[in-house]
Amino acid sequence: MALLGRALLILGLLVALYGIGSSLYGAVARRREWVDSGRRAVYALAGLMTFAFAILEVAFLRSDFSFNVVAAHSSTTTPTFYKATAAWSSQEGSLLLWVFLLSVWSSLILFLTRRRVREITPYATAVLMGFATFFIALAVFLANPFATSARAPAEGAGLDPLLLHPSMMFHPPMLYSGYTLLTIPFAFAVGALVTGRLGNEWISVTRRFALAAWLFLGVGILLGARWSYTELGWGGYWAWDAVENAALMPWLVATAFIHSIMIQEKRGMLKVWNVSLILGSGTLAILGTFLVRSGILDSIHAFGASTLGVPFVLLIAAMVAGSIWLIVKRRALLRSDAQLDSLLSREAVFLFQNLVLVAIVFVIFWVTFFPLVSEAITGTKVSVGPPAFRPFIVPLALILVLLSGIGPIVAWRRVTVANMRRNFTFPVIAGVVTLIVLVAATNADTRPFALVMFGLAAFVVATVVQELWRGTSARRAMTRDPLPVAFVGLIRRNRRRYGGYIAHLGLAVLLVGVAASSSFQHSQNVNLSPGQHAFVDGYKVTYVRPMARASAAKISLGAILDVSKNGKHVTTLITSRGFYPAPLDPTAGPISEAFNGQSDSNVGLRAGLTRDLWAVANPNLDPLQNEINQGDRVFERLMTSLTPAQASQPSIVTGIRAERTAAIVGLTSRFVRHPWPVTFLLIVSPLVTWIWLGAIIIAFGGLISLWPLPAPARRRSTAAARTIPRGLPAREPA
Amino acid sequence: MLAVLAVVVVIVTGPLRREYSARAREPEAREADPGSADAMELAELEAAREAKYREIRDAELDHRTGKLSDADFEAVDGTLRAEAVAILHKLDHVRGSNAPPESEPPEQPRAG
Repeated sequence: MALLGRALLILGLLVALYGIGSSLYGAVARRREWVDSGRRAVYALAGLMTFAFAILEVAFLRSDFSFNVVAAHSSTTTPTFYKATAAWSSQEGSLLLWVFLLSVWSSLILFLTRRRVREITPYATAVLMGFATFFIALAVFLANPFATSARAPAEGAGLDPLLLHPSMMFHPPMLYSGYTLLTIPFAFAVGALVTGRLGNEWISVTRRFALAAWLFLGVGILLGARWSYTELGWGGYWAWDAVENAALMPWLVATAFIHSIMIQEKRGMLKVWNVSLILGSGTLAILGTFLVRSGILDSIHAFGASTLGVPFVLLIAAMVAGSIWLIVKRRALLRSDAQLDSLLSREAVFLFQNLVLVAIVFVIFWVTFFPLVSEAITGTKVSVGPPAFRPFIVPLALILVLLSGIGPIVAWRRVTVANMRRNFTFPVIAGVVTLIVLVAATNADTRPFALVMFGLAAFVVATVVQELWRGTSARRAMTRDPLPVAFVGLIRRNRRRYGGYIAHLGLAVLLVGVAASSSFQHSQNVNLSPGQHAFVDGYKVTYVRPMARASAAKISLGAILDVSKNGKHVTTLITSRGFYPAPLDPTAGPISEAFNGQSDSNVGLRAGLTRDLWAVANPNLDPLQNEINQGDRVFERLMTSLTPAQASQPSIVTGIRAERTAAIVGLTSRFVRHPWPVTFLLIVSPLVTWIWLGAIIIAFGGLISLWPLPAPARRRSTAAARTIPRGLPAREPA
Repeated sequence: MLAVLAVVVVIVTGPLRREYSARAREPEAREADPGSADAMELAELEAAREAKYREIRDAELDHRTGKLSDADFEAVDGTLRAEAVAILHKLDHVRGSNAPPESEPPEQPRAG
């Protein structure tokens, strides 16, 4: 099967190359059949990559350790649920996932546009097949997912324990779906620039793909943050880590794009800006993949030693150079059809919002890459963390929230002072009242930036509520529908607008959660013995008793904590640290290998709408070290005392393994019988749940915007368009 | 694997074989390239028309929800409709002014 998989990859590479040539030849020679053949090549590639990916998945599910990636990333004891996801935990599997998703989305867009934008699609096809060629070539020549060993091991190394988390099952496919979906508008933008067809049609056919990319990427980022919060044991959800930033940057640029294309659609403005944004976000998507896969994040020297780094750099350089050249070449065709009528208009607000988003991306990009640049120049690695980002990101985020509230309540083209008074009064009052109440009733004023964020969020919520109320009232006035029916009808008939407003509402909720949890968090690092307690933000946390569990696959040392406030029991938290064996470590003895492998944290979490109670135990293994060393000596003596004949007898081997497991269990039980002090990280963090809720609301708004109009509404719209008499057009249904 | 290769070849060469067969039957006739300049311009104008209709509806909704005063709405709506008429004229020109009008009446407008 591995041979079949590799053959499928090679055939896929040839098909991708054929797709490039066929599409370009068909476009240049104006031979429709060659363009269609190129499109068929994309469909065929999707079939081949689906087949190849299925082979890899089956190998993981069957624990076929003849496949090197299966042996390195899975084991017979890995739960089935995680065996399926282990396929993309490896470099090789993730590259295959990338090209599989790319081929599927490419097939979809080319099927949907088979009778549209016919001058552009051949070039878009060539670009998409170019990406496919690149990634398949990496898989074929440098990171083969179907590489095998002559002698398959009896057991695999297992999945990284940190990845044994539901969020991690979906996080990479979501991210990669986002990245690959961004290549669609990228490719069509290139096609539009090459052909000079820079009207709105290429935007109208790819807009949904850009929105879908934004949605998938956002969900992927959220899942990663959730995993960080519940699995990594440091108590946070966002560390401004380079891997996190790699996904955030294209998402921010895509956010700017899906807003500013509205201006191009309506006013024919910002054409240069829009093509720059989509070419930029496509490039950042490849850059994001490069950051994670090239080794550059460990060190600039690790990058040099990585096999994938140089090809990625060449691809990114080609994308940047090609994008700049195309935009410069077509600058005459990219001139705006209209001017900005007023700085008090929705166009102006969108423009400012775009500038803020791009500024945020610039800050993230520079601070992320600065350590690498510094290391390349000075030879010294510089470490940057969240404090480097906050001075810039916080004020920009405040401006962004403000603009997200202003945008919905100003009209396109112009706003008068009287209208501003009418539309801003309620939201401004809501924001001001919120500030006053918070200052009077809480200590929010001790954190000015957070306080401003709360006020602005209230402003945004009020604008969305106002818009929904007024829109529903307007619809009721016309249709006489009951309130709920009018509300649903309003959103159904204006999905782009109100889906966007709901996403803005979600953003406000999310940023309230971020501001509150990062500004008003209380944490304590304490050393406790059973029976002892500590106080965190008025909560008394008592270490009730230790707990321990051990098997050949995992050792778990943990604690039960009682949390109370003012003498009243609030909750019980159970937290532990898991230790996994390191069977491939040659320096570890028979007993110490059970403790020396990777470890993970099982967080004790009580989430609530107002605050999260979070705890993690970090037991020290030093008190066991003497016994561990002694156990190593005993078992090593036992193993060396066996004759070759004895060592090959299954009953003796099984017996020794059982004795070893019993010794490990006995050692572990000491943690319960004679417990020693354990270090706990205890955190009380307000409004963390608002982050997840806000993200869900954003995703819901995105889905509403993405959903196509129902077919009857589309037919009505088209029929009305066809019957427009000469002269002024009739009014269209909203 | 050979079967897979055969299927791929059949799928990918389908359009080429169809064209070859069509030419073999009627060597003189050749389907007009649908990617012609007129077809593209028509598609772009139709996209521009749809965008303009959306803009008209948005302006109506802005007016009904109080973001545009009556005077501003009349001005904006007039401008947008004039722009829509210009696009429709261009569409007519590209399609040919002899195209018969559709008989289906337009829907009553509903905004909000």
